[in-house]
Amino acid sequence: MKRLSLFLASAAALIAAPLAAQTTAITGGKVVIGDGSAPIEGGTVLIRGDRVVAAGANVAIPADAQRIDATGKWVTPGIFAGFSRIGLIEVGAVSQTNDTEADKSVFSAALDIQYAVNPFASPISVNRAAGVTRAVVSPDSGSSIFGGYGAVIDLGQDENPITEARAFQFVELGEAGHRRAGGSRAAAHILFRALLEEARTYARNPAVFDSDLLKASDAKALLPVINGSTKLLVHVESANDILKVLDLRKDFPALDLVLVGANEGWRVAEHIAAAGVPVLASALSDLPYGFEDLSATQSNIGRMKDAGVRVAIGMINDRDAHQLRYSVQYAGNLVALTKVPRATGLTWDEAFAAISSVPAEIMDMGGQLGSLKAGRKADVVIWTGDPLELSTQVEKVMIDGVDQSLSNRQMRLRDRYSNPTPGTLPKAYDH
Amino acid sequence: MKIRALLALAAGGSLLAGCTASGAEPSSASAAPPPSSARGGPAFPSTYRAYPSAPTAITGVTIFDGEGGKIDNGTLFMVDGKISSVGGPETAIPGDATVVDGSGKYVTPGIIDVHSHLGDYPTPSVDAHSDGNEATSPVTPEVWAEHSVWPQDPGFSRAMANGGITALQILPGSANLFGGRSVVLKNVPARTVQAMKFPGAPYGMKMACGENPKRVYGSRNRAPSTRMGSLAVERQTWIDAQEYRSKRNDAKPPKRDLGKETLAAVLDGDILVHNHCYRADEMAQIIDMSKEFGYKVTAFHHAVESYKIADILAKEGICSAVWADWWGFKMEAYDAIPENAALLQKAGACVIVHSDDENQIQRLNQEAAKALADGRAMGIDISDAQAIQWITYNPAKAMGIEQMTGSLKPGKMADLVLWNGNPLSVYSRPDKVWIDGALMFDSADAQRRPVSDFELGQPGEGDVK
Repeated sequence: MKRLSLFLASAAALIAAPLAAQTTAITGGKVVIGDGSAPIEGGTVLIRGDRVVAAGANVAIPADAQRIDATGKWVTPGIFAGFSRIGLIEVGAVSQTNDTEADKSVFSAALDIQYAVNPFASPISVNRAAGVTRAVVSPDSGSSIFGGYGAVIDLGQDENPITEARAFQFVELGEAGHRRAGGSRAAAHILFRALLEEARTYARNPAVFDSDLLKASDAKALLPVINGSTKLLVHVESANDILKVLDLRKDFPALDLVLVGANEGWRVAEHIAAAGVPVLASALSDLPYGFEDLSATQSNIGRMKDAGVRVAIGMINDRDAHQLRYSVQYAGNLVALTKVPRATGLTWDEAFAAISSVPAEIMDMGGQLGSLKAGRKADVVIWTGDPLELSTQVEKVMIDGVDQSLSNRQMRLRDRYSNPTPGTLPKAYDH
Repeated sequence: MKIRALLALAAGGSLLAGCTASGAEPSSASAAPPPSSARGGPAFPSTYRAYPSAPTAITGVTIFDGEGGKIDNGTLFMVDGKISSVGGPETAIPGDATVVDGSGKYVTPGIIDVHSHLGDYPTPSVDAHSDGNEATSPVTPEVWAEHSVWPQDPGFSRAMANGGITALQILPGSANLFGGRSVVLKNVPARTVQAMKFPGAPYGMKMACGENPKRVYGSRNRAPSTRMGSLAVERQTWIDAQEYRSKRNDAKPPKRDLGKETLAAVLDGDILVHNHCYRADEMAQIIDMSKEFGYKVTAFHHAVESYKIADILAKEGICSAVWADWWGFKMEAYDAIPENAALLQKAGACVIVHSDDENQIQRLNQEAAKALADGRAMGIDISDAQAIQWITYNPAKAMGIEQMTGSLKPGKMADLVLWNGNPLSVYSRPDKVWIDGALMFDSADAQRRPVSDFELGQPGEGDVK
């Protein structure tokens, strides 16, 4: 059965593949480039193959282009989820379908999430239908402070979800780090430093490497973290924990740091900005969930941005395997803050960029993804209206220039029960 | 954000009886509920008093009345803590009234959450604060949620300032088949929970079916470990409660039994049953059990599969308290669909949008808006005003307080929210919140925003949040 469904899915992918150099022009819509610039009324998005050729007001449309009329609609880049666990969980509480955390594994940093991402998981199709086209997918840390390699994926219906494998390493250095390291932040920091030192030892002579702290595989995985060739996504929330993470560069100057969560980031925003460290921040956290979140506020992202921090919306531990469709709602809420006295939000253009180009740039993929600028991958969504507004629906999703199915099992259930009363035969025959 | 409370089995059901605070200012309580103690007056009576209010008119405003009505360019006048008049621009305003210009703004009844764990699973979510599940026995009708509520939970203020919440039901969690009594609160800061208790609100009782009780107790090798075990324990409990109830008025009544008092009050119809239940087939089982023992389920909570039996729920007159779009976090939430609320509305069933969450209680208006949009997208015709009813009048009705609050009708408590735009838009937030006519939140006034004891002297004290 499994083989059969795989076969069918692969066949569908082949059928959906773009014809060589096929050109499509989406015309008449309100075009959002996604780079923080203002929407363009009556713009055109020109796509050839898997790339955006041009987008904007005065785009010449080749005679042979297939035209899609988007008059009255909005056309945007697909949503880029800045931090997620999508594709790692089908049903949260069914452990066999949950690959986020390997707390009984002997490995940690070497765990590579690309092997766990399931492009056929239903959260992929549900969130694709809501306009989410790319996502940062991170393991959670299990037996150690390090969780392993994360990836950037697409949410296409084909069998190849991985855009970039080993895009980053993930580590916990806040409350979760305290717990996993043995019960103290001091333990987390000495563990972090010791593991990296062990990795250097490994590098000097792999053949004789023998460590009580670290498997050779994990040591090997930490080397690109030390030399900065692999990003390090660090989950911390409190102001003090953030400062201590920034200080790690004194000992490991090449670390390519990205903060995740950072509920108290606004309190030390100048330090984060000065360090040039970007943030994948939770948008609407505003409660002291723990003592690491005492000053959490929805104004966090706006204040960090005003201080010069490069910040995008992420969803760590916030239904991050199922509800990436909240990204647009969260961005809209940050716009809402601009009307609230004393609050700091984002302009509409900034808010949309925080779920499209900015997370792509933070992952160093802005040249390929996250906007409708020329040369970017053609991840395009057509919406019935303002994509951040709650009443808006998705009409079309393209990933890599390929028109995507918007069907999923939620829609099938909806259609089966649009009239709940069974007909002549039971509901099981409605399909 | 963290979702510990949910994983900790949040579920609903509670009960509130006879807390007629003698001499309480808001005296609009309808029928005096029966005393909740077997002898004498009510136990743990409400000490809530309405805070000072000024005669206030809001003019030029769009009004959603909470019962499906909408008035453009409307006027609302409140005095002495009560709604006095609601109408068009011709509505008379006394000369001494404070006038609030509502142009471009919207008024709704205060938002009401039928399912919250603020106070019994407060933030910070540390172990010492885990007071929502008395998970030592699957049958604990004797516990009262109000005895777990910490009034200093910062979540109450967020629910008011960002969500316009003016009343809410705090439930025990869903670890147990019979979780205990709920408590209905006015969302006002207070030193004691008694000073938050909604005067005259009936009690509810929380029940739970499905995965949680069988997981919690099955893992300890005790009943219930299966769904059939759950029903067996529940039915036997009702049989015992029936016996207790029948002997209550004997010459030699049985010794007071806290749990059975609550259960008997359910059978008397004085306590409302709030039943956490996800799956359609299980709801049908619970309905049959309620008929076997002669009580009524007021609302199924987390009813993600209600859309499969919307016709049955409409016929039985049972409300469904639902999320807009939560799904997939456990097996019994696997078949959730975003059109659930709209399909229920289409079938003529009672719809409530609830939170069970300290974050989403801050935007129930947005959750209702999403559920509305998904319904419209499949061609179901629902008005904006009807969607507002999902978070105002309908939860009030399920909590037994609809005669006092939940809609903007003359004589009802002046519990209302002035929004800075359409509350069904993502771009709108509460501008002002009144509870019993008292201005309890004003976005323009940093002082008119509650700061709990816990937050005082901490980083971020008094911030906009």
